[in-house]
Amino acid sequence: MRDLTNEILELIRRTSSSLPPDVEKRLRESFEKEQPGSSARGAFETILKNIEISRANSTPICQDTGTPIFYVHYPVGLSTIKLKGQIRSALAEATKRSYMRPNAVDAIYDKNTGNNLGGDDFPYVHFEEVEGDDLTIELMLKGGGCENVGRQYSLPDNSIGAGRDLAGVRKVVLDAVQKAQGQGCAPGILGVSIGGDRGSSYIKSKEVLFSEMGTRNTDPKIAELEERLTSEANEMGIGPMGFGGATTILDTKIVGLSRLPASYFVSVSYMCWAYRRRKMTVKGEEVIYD
Amino acid sequence: MKQITTPITDDVIRDLKVGDAVALSGMLVTGRDAVHKWMIETFIKKTREPQGDDLQVYEELKKLLNGSVIYHCGPVVSGLDTKEYKFVAAGPTTSIREEPYQADVMKHFNLKGVIGKGGMGAKTLKGCEETPAVYFHAIGGAASYIAQTVTKVHGVFKLDFGVPEAIWVIEVKEFPVVVTMDSHGGSQHAVIEASSKKILEDLLAR
Repeated sequence: MRDLTNEILELIRRTSSSLPPDVEKRLRESFEKEQPGSSARGAFETILKNIEISRANSTPICQDTGTPIFYVHYPVGLSTIKLKGQIRSALAEATKRSYMRPNAVDAIYDKNTGNNLGGDDFPYVHFEEVEGDDLTIELMLKGGGCENVGRQYSLPDNSIGAGRDLAGVRKVVLDAVQKAQGQGCAPGILGVSIGGDRGSSYIKSKEVLFSEMGTRNTDPKIAELEERLTSEANEMGIGPMGFGGATTILDTKIVGLSRLPASYFVSVSYMCWAYRRRKMTVKGEEVIYD
Repeated sequence: MKQITTPITDDVIRDLKVGDAVALSGMLVTGRDAVHKWMIETFIKKTREPQGDDLQVYEELKKLLNGSVIYHCGPVVSGLDTKEYKFVAAGPTTSIREEPYQADVMKHFNLKGVIGKGGMGAKTLKGCEETPAVYFHAIGGAASYIAQTVTKVHGVFKLDFGVPEAIWVIEVKEFPVVVTMDSHGGSQHAVIEASSKKILEDLLAR
């Protein structure tokens, strides 16, 4: 198996400094909707300028380079132990080169490790064995500000009259957006999972964020709820940074899981506008970046 | 856009109103979670004995912060090996985590403002009226852009808190911010919180 440390380092550089085109396009469209002279429009101006500067200079879009979340789809026979080692080496090197901030803090002793490597949990790496010969590595960087405004609800939730159905899901998601205000660096993208246990529910609410902007659930009923939630969230007028304005949420993605008869969890992962996710595919000797 | 340079006088602060766009220049100091907790425990409530270089850093901070601002920021910094520090990425972090501490820190050090994102609560707003001071909102995530306004890194204290949590003494030129909490009780965050709450209630009733 070839050593992919340098190729993964390049994936990290791209993810941290170059926002995916679908996200940038949606931000540009949202900028046009804000009133000339408003703080909201000014916020979008700064955001768009920052995207260009980061890409040109290979510097982080946001200084909070977040939790590095790797999803690896590997062909039969590839060593995940070796791959994980290469991911960790690449991350330490990326930190040395200032593509990443040292972000792993020991929670018991309050000590920053300085190289972005914590225990087995940091960075987060998920492996999935797949058919075929290609290896793909996806990376998402999710900052702490938006992570902190994520929420999990256990339905029924009487405080907002949310029952165990899609109408209840709608209510809790809107509640989560209102509670987040601008603190998750609005405009945000919502990853929503329905069902699961507390752990799987949160994980899937992030995993769904790997899909492109505007990707709709294949179930028309859920796709409609996704559209409706984005539109109703924007009616609240929280706006970029919570300044007030037309765009609070750029997109909503929902995934349904299995649940226990007794449990009905809804998890909302809030992704900030600096929606950093990139992918690399290894086909034989060739490495392709999205 | 108003041009303001630190140190800032009370008159300048009293003139600022919610919605004012400001280009901020001069010396300022970064400080976030670990720093606020350390300041409160060691020098303000004194529930913890000063240790190591605490008192020496405190004396420096008293001079640096008087009339200046604290920036809620955990930067990406290059030159850690050579100590030729340069800010590479330096957007604001979420300020509300400092809500328990901020008003007391403002008054203790005679801060004229804090820079952060997401806004702060009633206790800090009251602190802004009394000190007086304002809340300058920077654009969250605009890290490369804001780093370019940092013209010089003068030094660092408490690097053992970690790079993001350390106290960086920096000089900025035309750092773009918006006043979202003023010294007259005005808060854009309280306004948006209330208006969005009202709309949420209507949506939930549908």
